[in-house]
Amino acid sequence: MRDVAVIAFAQDIAEHDRERNEVEFVIPVVRDAIAQSGIDRHDIGFTVSGSCDYLSGGPFTFVQGLDAVGAWPPIKESHLEMDAAWALYEAWVAIQVGDVDSALIYGFGKSSLGDVHEIFNLQNDPYSVMPLWPSTVDLAALQACAAIAANVTNEREMAEIAARDRRAALANLHAIAGRDVSADVLLGEPVTHAPLRDADIAPITDGAAAIVIAAAEIANHACERPAWIRGIEHRIEPQSMGVRDLTRSESTRLAAIAADVGGGPIDVAELHTQFSHEEPILRVALGLGPETEVNPSGGPLGANPIMSSGLIRIGEVASRIHSGSVHRGVAHATQGPCLQQNLVCVLEGERN
Amino acid sequence: MAGIRTAVVGVGQTRHVSARHDVSIAGLVREAAVEALEDAGMDWGDIDAVVIGKAPDMFEGVLMPEMYLADALGAANKPMLRVHTAGSVGGSTAIVAAKLVMAGIHKRVLTVAFEKQSESNATWGLTVGMPFQAPLVAGAGGYFAPLIRAYMARSGAPRHIGHLVAVKDRLAALRNPKAHLHLADIDLKMVEESFLLWDPLRYLDVCPSSDGAMALVIGSEDVADAAPGPAAWIHGTAMRSEPTMFAGRDQINPQAGRDCAADVYAQAGITNPREDFDMAEVYVPFSWYEPMWLENLGFCAEGDGWKLTEAGATAPDGDIPWNPSGGVLSSNPIGASGMIRFGEAAQQVRERAGDYQVELKTGLALGQAYGGGSQFFSMWVVGNQKPE
Repeated sequence: MRDVAVIAFAQDIAEHDRERNEVEFVIPVVRDAIAQSGIDRHDIGFTVSGSCDYLSGGPFTFVQGLDAVGAWPPIKESHLEMDAAWALYEAWVAIQVGDVDSALIYGFGKSSLGDVHEIFNLQNDPYSVMPLWPSTVDLAALQACAAIAANVTNEREMAEIAARDRRAALANLHAIAGRDVSADVLLGEPVTHAPLRDADIAPITDGAAAIVIAAAEIANHACERPAWIRGIEHRIEPQSMGVRDLTRSESTRLAAIAADVGGGPIDVAELHTQFSHEEPILRVALGLGPETEVNPSGGPLGANPIMSSGLIRIGEVASRIHSGSVHRGVAHATQGPCLQQNLVCVLEGERN
Repeated sequence: MAGIRTAVVGVGQTRHVSARHDVSIAGLVREAAVEALEDAGMDWGDIDAVVIGKAPDMFEGVLMPEMYLADALGAANKPMLRVHTAGSVGGSTAIVAAKLVMAGIHKRVLTVAFEKQSESNATWGLTVGMPFQAPLVAGAGGYFAPLIRAYMARSGAPRHIGHLVAVKDRLAALRNPKAHLHLADIDLKMVEESFLLWDPLRYLDVCPSSDGAMALVIGSEDVADAAPGPAAWIHGTAMRSEPTMFAGRDQINPQAGRDCAADVYAQAGITNPREDFDMAEVYVPFSWYEPMWLENLGFCAEGDGWKLTEAGATAPDGDIPWNPSGGVLSSNPIGASGMIRFGEAAQQVRERAGDYQVELKTGLALGQAYGGGSQFFSMWVVGNQKPE
């Protein structure tokens, strides 16, 4: 395998942005990430994005993204209808094949254009589940009930996670839901989707993010402390709630083993937790101990731009490695109801 | 070509019809996947990863349908990717799957592309009013017809050329039992008398709306060597994209298509496509796109594409058969149509094309797909011999 590193990361997040369309979100993050990378736009080997047509309400949302990239002369380009963390995986594969040495990855979406929790019901089995119209939050609440019943977590722990993430988000310029709050205060707030309170649920967020990755020859010149991708793996589970143990994340566990999360101490973990109860489930699946700091950015409970939120987890870990504040970290991305599909990426800085 | 040697070792596809009321979406994709696995001599457990592709989710009304399809495609606890690159997606999906093997990450990858158009309505799916954008209103035909008229003006092609393609591909489809359209009495007069949709496109110049799926099993060299059937070795893959609209863009003969062809030809050692290939399966959803893509793909000089079509060079018995399967004009499950091109090219070099098998001389074939506003291109070259 070729050594590949994250060398640049940019994000642009807003709460219910009425002024800009998706392209206008993508333009600044692509420009910023490419500038950070030091690579000329025309020398980027491969470009790949993640977006979702049902967020914008029209087909081919990703086509306009090409305008933001400035795809002229024509570029080697691909698109996944997945969180852009998986686009980063496709880019990593392209570099492994060996015909390109660098890649630009971006994800974008405006969750505020419709009722995203209702819209994502369309992700369920169209014959047996979709007609029941469970929202994303309804299904997550079922999972939270199961996790509490199995003693995987409890309402106090969930409130502590939510309060910690909201407080951490105050220090993150890109977060939209920062709040100086304690678990005790949150436990006094109303339960909206039993057992979930509003603070347990990621905020509706608009935004985009971009990352540049490169093989060692480029990365070592572009970046003082490249964030090397030591392992990147993803797995999916069957969707039917009836055939899954919702109190565990088997796909995360398998991906974590394959990516060798346990191969060394993990200083920081950025987890794609769109609901507070998901963190304890993921901690077990990833094998994280108390020494690992979780979601110092505030995580998705601080800002959750759907389709780039998973990519941002990778960027948040990478930027901490770039700054030298951590040595080894894990980023996690998820999509599908109740943590159906999960990606795990282990990032590591240079040993001094 | 970069990466380790990789081949298609299994091919499966559904029959294509207007409406498969007898199967769910899961049943449809599974039908193609089972056939591909049987062809490869494999079972679900042998597959390392699944890569699925389709055109916009609104064509069925299911958001990221691969999430619900994971179980039906045997992907439980495995990696699964979902590609969406507009009409080129079937080809792009096969390329993304092939790269997983070329990179040495997996040895056996199942890739599936589908569309179940009867679940929804593609023209309306393409016609959603978007803020800040001019409404398309007329579906894909309304978009491409002006480009075809511009091609006719530029090349001086006579008006009957499109109809010749419409007849040729429907006659070819009569030898393909899985093709959607089997129009036994098709002839030039029938096409000319079909009603006008978008000048110069008449009803029979246009692809049908189909339900269908295509599946390929892609394996590494050792897997292909041990496979029960012949392999279609991948000699090159390429993708190119350019923006939809800007001043000076040549939408008739797009630069992205020319660049994509040049890239894949260089990888496969193709210098004269008309001679170096035994055949090509090319995405021709509107009849006039055969002469236009003949030029874009370098099978002739610019302006001469229609002359090859008129001379019968692209017929099944011509010197360079194009779309002997009947092509997109005979079956169009949109998201699968690109992968069908790639898979039909593979079947030809495997000599598995049944009654529409062409004679192999060089043993090389081209698969091409395009999408969006003639702006997304994916291509591969497959051969019956291993690449050097």
